[in-house]
Amino acid sequence: MAERSEPLMHRFAPGVLVMALLAMIVGAAFFGLLRESTGLEPGLLWDDIYLRRVVVFTLWQAFLSTLLSLGLALPVARALARRQRFPGRSLLLRLLGLPLVVPTIVAVFGIVAIYGQTGLMNRLAAGLGFEPVQYLYGLGGILIAHVFFNLPLAVRLLLPAWQSVPGESWRLAAQLGMSSRDILCLVEWPMLRPLLPQVATLVFMLCFTSFAVVLTLGGGPASTTIEVAIYQALRFDFDLGRATLLALLQLICCATLVAAVQAMGKHHLVNPTEGRVQPRPDLDHVPGRLFDFACIGLVLVSTLLPLGAVVTSGLVGPLAQVLADPQLWNSAALSLGIALTSSALAVLAGVGILITSRELRINRRRTGLAEATELCGSLILVIPPLVLGTGFFIVLRPLVNVFTWSPLLIVVVNALMGLPYVMRVLGPPMTRVTQQHERLCASLDIRGWDRLRMVEWPLLRQPAGLSLALCAALSTGDLGVVALFGSQDVTTLPLLLYQRLAGYQMGEAAVTALFLLTLSLLLFGGIERLIGGRAHD
Amino acid sequence: MIELDQVTLVYPGMTLSFDLSVDAGECLALVGPSGAGKSTLLSVVAGFEQPTSGRVRLAGEDVTESPPASRPVTTVFQEHNLFAHLDATANVGLGIDPGLKLSRDDHARVALALDQVGLGGLGGRLPVELSGGQRQRVALARALVRRRPILLLDEPFAALGPALRREMLDLVDALRRAETLTTILVSHHPEDALQAADRSAFVSEGRIIAIDQTARLFSSGTHPELSDYLGRAE
Repeated sequence: MAERSEPLMHRFAPGVLVMALLAMIVGAAFFGLLRESTGLEPGLLWDDIYLRRVVVFTLWQAFLSTLLSLGLALPVARALARRQRFPGRSLLLRLLGLPLVVPTIVAVFGIVAIYGQTGLMNRLAAGLGFEPVQYLYGLGGILIAHVFFNLPLAVRLLLPAWQSVPGESWRLAAQLGMSSRDILCLVEWPMLRPLLPQVATLVFMLCFTSFAVVLTLGGGPASTTIEVAIYQALRFDFDLGRATLLALLQLICCATLVAAVQAMGKHHLVNPTEGRVQPRPDLDHVPGRLFDFACIGLVLVSTLLPLGAVVTSGLVGPLAQVLADPQLWNSAALSLGIALTSSALAVLAGVGILITSRELRINRRRTGLAEATELCGSLILVIPPLVLGTGFFIVLRPLVNVFTWSPLLIVVVNALMGLPYVMRVLGPPMTRVTQQHERLCASLDIRGWDRLRMVEWPLLRQPAGLSLALCAALSTGDLGVVALFGSQDVTTLPLLLYQRLAGYQMGEAAVTALFLLTLSLLLFGGIERLIGGRAHD
Repeated sequence: MIELDQVTLVYPGMTLSFDLSVDAGECLALVGPSGAGKSTLLSVVAGFEQPTSGRVRLAGEDVTESPPASRPVTTVFQEHNLFAHLDATANVGLGIDPGLKLSRDDHARVALALDQVGLGGLGGRLPVELSGGQRQRVALARALVRRRPILLLDEPFAALGPALRREMLDLVDALRRAETLTTILVSHHPEDALQAADRSAFVSEGRIIAIDQTARLFSSGTHPELSDYLGRAE
């Protein structure tokens, strides 16, 4: 081969470009934080009782949330793995994907409607003659909300592990007459052991950096996380020093957690199999069956109740009045604009990184370098939105009016937030397409636009659609940096809902919540269908 | 000892029917092309497959409805007989107690069984640290400690080379005589049957076409399908 028909440098350019942009964005934020931090004494941190309490509480609530979410997710995932066939199973699995798409603030509204002072639970208790109990604001509410989001997530992450137990193992278990307990100790536990620390760390990290839930349900300085403390320091106390200190602290914690997840790696014991199908032998036991369906019922009810409450209280609220309010439509337009721009940016950046990383991995066999490249897509996990926002704030404040630039800042941060999802959803299929078709394409000289049109697009439109839809839904529902940079002129729908909740305009809030929920779901479903095409299952 | 009484299995596009009786302590070989239903026949005896009609009797008892673990049967499969995360001792020990609660006596039995199959001292190895032949020896050791009177061998040595296969068949032969096990051996190779089986049955398209003393069956030449399978021109 004298000349390669396509200069392979083309495959490096996109990734390098995206990484340069990321470096610029993150570098600017870093620069701001570091400049502001000169002169700060780290020792101040531990002398400050408030800060110490915030750090301890952040760790404590994340620990409890992880424990509860995983403790409940394990029996639920096991029940779903054991009961492969019951009416509505696939619908239930899809329902478990909802908390990823439902805006946090909307779910919080639903949770208040169920578990709040005048919520469904207290009304039921009153019907039975009990006094209403106030347990929602503070640790209780934070835990309920974190379990609402992370229980389904953990179930969805754990379930494939069960399904990867080969039929041959069940055949052996049947031959040897293993009971459910034996299977738990000898088959299921060894299969879960390498996976559990990864899932636990992921859930812990999500709860550790949780913002909207703690902001709305935290209730006072006694239950505040670092992420919320940054917001309060900037927005209310205007204490740049403290905000910087907290941001740096958050950064160090997150970097440690991300490093821990990476170090755990992917040590999966691969079970050899001929693809034999054999049901597990412990399905007919009646108490086991009851327990399984109790678990499935529990997750169904706990997921459906808050969402149902959003729908019903929205429908009985002052619909006409809220829908006639131009503020709602301004906010909707702004949210939609931010969501569409940021999701497009996220997918473009993700594809750019992935083009380069798959070239490195497959054609150059530089796996380490490829993984490092892909890790850039997860920067937001190390530098959570509010930390990034603080950095931007410090850098931009002397130069421009931060609040007029805020939509751009929100778009950038939201795109960064979506990027890890893009990498996760689009990465494996993109690698697979290259593995399977690279040589064929090279031998037929299919390249450039033709390759995109005839090979990549038909094979990748489904994951591409899914990642775009996920990013858009995530951005539509995001209440993070917008709380920091929002203003009279820049109010997204989640911020509007938050303001109405904070102002105790419950009727307006109910309708706004339903509106936002509908918008998120429509956006998610619409983009997934439009870009992804019809799902072929 | 093993009785299949007008057993039929109906699948889309294929119906299998078996009528078979194997005496106590006998070794019967099932030979035939792949897809003929040999493994399905074993699965019916072991209880992994339910017949559409007919009865399965083992040691005089009707077990048609019984789950695999309660039948007087143990099976060694072609592959994946072992749990990958458990060492050889634990994999054998599962045959005594499926929850691995073993007494000191049980441990002695496991060690003895490993000795019997020629793996003395290798009990601490994980399956990945053993060769293919050694893994099948572990599976045989487990079959021994289970003390079931019926041993089913589903092409357990198909992946091994000829010399190793002969060696393993000798081992099986010695073990089943020592323990008086009723044995069914599924194989692709007539020489396996000639080496280890008292009688052999030729299975084709879901039924037993011929059954006879092993040497006589392969030399009779009265069954055209069998001749085709063996590749002998008449």
